[in-house]
Amino acid sequence: MQIHTFKPDLPPPALSVGVVGWLRANLFSSWFNTLLTLFAAYLVWLIVPPLIQWALIDADWTGTTRADCTSGGACWVFVQQRFGQFMYGFYPTELRWRVDLTLWLAVIGAAPLFIPQIPRKAFYGLVFLVVYPLVAYWLLHGGFFGLSTVSTSRWGGLMLTLVIAAVGIAGALPLGVVLALGRRSDMPAIRVICVTFIEFWRGVPLITVLFMSSVMLPLFLPEGMSFDKLMRALIGVILFQSAYIAEVVRGGLQAIPKGQYEAAAAMGLGYWRTMGLVILPQAMKLVIPGIVNTFIALFKDTSLVIIIGLFDLLNSIKQATTDPAWLGMATEGYVFAALIFWIFCFGMSRYSQHLERKLDTGHKR
Amino acid sequence: MPEAIKQTSAEPMILMEGVHKWYGQFHVLKDINLSVQQGERIVLCGPSGSGKSTAIRCLNRLEEHQQGRIIIDGTELTHDLKHIEAVRREVGMVFQHFNLFPHLTVLQNCTLAPMWVRKMPKREAEEVAMHYLERVRIPEQAHKYPGQLSGGQQQRVAIARALCMKPKIMLFDEPTSALDPEMVKEVLDTMVGLAEDGMTMLCVTHEMGFARTVANRVIFLDKGEIVEENEPEAFFTNPQNERTQLFLSQIIH
Repeated sequence: MQIHTFKPDLPPPALSVGVVGWLRANLFSSWFNTLLTLFAAYLVWLIVPPLIQWALIDADWTGTTRADCTSGGACWVFVQQRFGQFMYGFYPTELRWRVDLTLWLAVIGAAPLFIPQIPRKAFYGLVFLVVYPLVAYWLLHGGFFGLSTVSTSRWGGLMLTLVIAAVGIAGALPLGVVLALGRRSDMPAIRVICVTFIEFWRGVPLITVLFMSSVMLPLFLPEGMSFDKLMRALIGVILFQSAYIAEVVRGGLQAIPKGQYEAAAAMGLGYWRTMGLVILPQAMKLVIPGIVNTFIALFKDTSLVIIIGLFDLLNSIKQATTDPAWLGMATEGYVFAALIFWIFCFGMSRYSQHLERKLDTGHKR
Repeated sequence: MPEAIKQTSAEPMILMEGVHKWYGQFHVLKDINLSVQQGERIVLCGPSGSGKSTAIRCLNRLEEHQQGRIIIDGTELTHDLKHIEAVRREVGMVFQHFNLFPHLTVLQNCTLAPMWVRKMPKREAEEVAMHYLERVRIPEQAHKYPGQLSGGQQQRVAIARALCMKPKIMLFDEPTSALDPEMVKEVLDTMVGLAEDGMTMLCVTHEMGFARTVANRVIFLDKGEIVEENEPEAFFTNPQNERTQLFLSQIIH
């Protein structure tokens, strides 16, 4: 009998691995690629050093008035002096601890969800989702159980931005999922209702929705009846964003093979269990990028509440730049706003990538 | 060795009477009559598009028949969801493409239905699952995800998953057609073991060796009709119908 001897494994050529190999493969693989690399390096050199010079090296960091900014770079004294207003709006200074506490409770309350060893996460998460909004409302708005009322017209700054974004996300996601399921329902009535809802809200600009909720809606309400302006804006944001979420989720639902539905049905699982245990966990995982994309857009769109006179982060900064004592600080203000927005959006983006990796079960379709 | 068909007067496990089905204008099943006793092993074969898959998918109402009656263990399949769910609890199904749930581990795949449909406590469901995973000889893969297993292993998990519901009937829809050749045997061996334990089985397959060793009856479908039905030995050695002869001459070399 003949016995085959296999050849031994050899190491790859030295030039194809390591730093040199990476540079050759990614930056200088062809003359065109080399040209692009050099051009990109030139652009970076053009932008980054002056920016650092202005924002960090030449910048003024300490002082109390405009007069303390003498070095010609960025005047961060302005941001520092108005920081409280940018964060809390017109929330009474002595009550700002309530906002801080609300934020800390969110961080502490959500922390167990990210610790792998803690059991019964789903149950805890549900309780948290029900209890936390009530506590947050009590702390931020007050009016009962010994806390004085702080009307929503005094809310502002980053706090207001976060409230709108958080409520928008927490409300739009479940509503969007329900709408997506409804749009794929076998029952024509439910399907028509969902399609109409989605197409209506997707067809109008958010700015119109906010404007209508603030200006037009009161005209239709009976005399003497009014409800909170922020509340109206929040409902508008939730309904508007849920339509987008619904379409993203529907994309995920369509990507799940028919065999998954059949396997679930064959085992005797009903509609809701099939959806909740088999289809949605897979579909939602697939559409994490799309959902986070929508959330990031939502977060940035919160600044549109400027149109109905709410003082979110951007409007607070805009307001501060019109202060005669700080004229000419618009650049610093807007760079600061951009930085805050970027931190939150980038955070969401990174978290979504982490989630995708964590939920990857090695099943590539 | 195929034993003689049990001649019992008991109620059949599966009864199809004059079953017709259409896909739009297309008449897929024409007057199907079939009675299967408890413990019988039936192999359905036929050319592609003959309606054999549709026929067994009607038995747990993954497909809906439009005429005739289907009675599974005394329960008639109608539009009544209660009846459908009752039948599905008692009928296990194994698919050509496994259809395991990729987001759940092997063990979770096996405990899902017992826990949510049979309301079995988690611990008990896991014991049952491990029992059947041992039966299909992959208990060591219990905590892996389906995507990490080979095709043959996935199909054996799918069989274990169906068995965890302790079904009275098992349906197999071309269980080896999507497998690499070297993995067919491990799945067939599992099915033979199941047959030896007396499970009532309906199997759509082209594995004629399996049909010879395991089946009580082989049923040949063509163009939506039952063309020929016989014990395997007679079916393979002495087919009566010209359609059967043609089919067998094309698949057996």
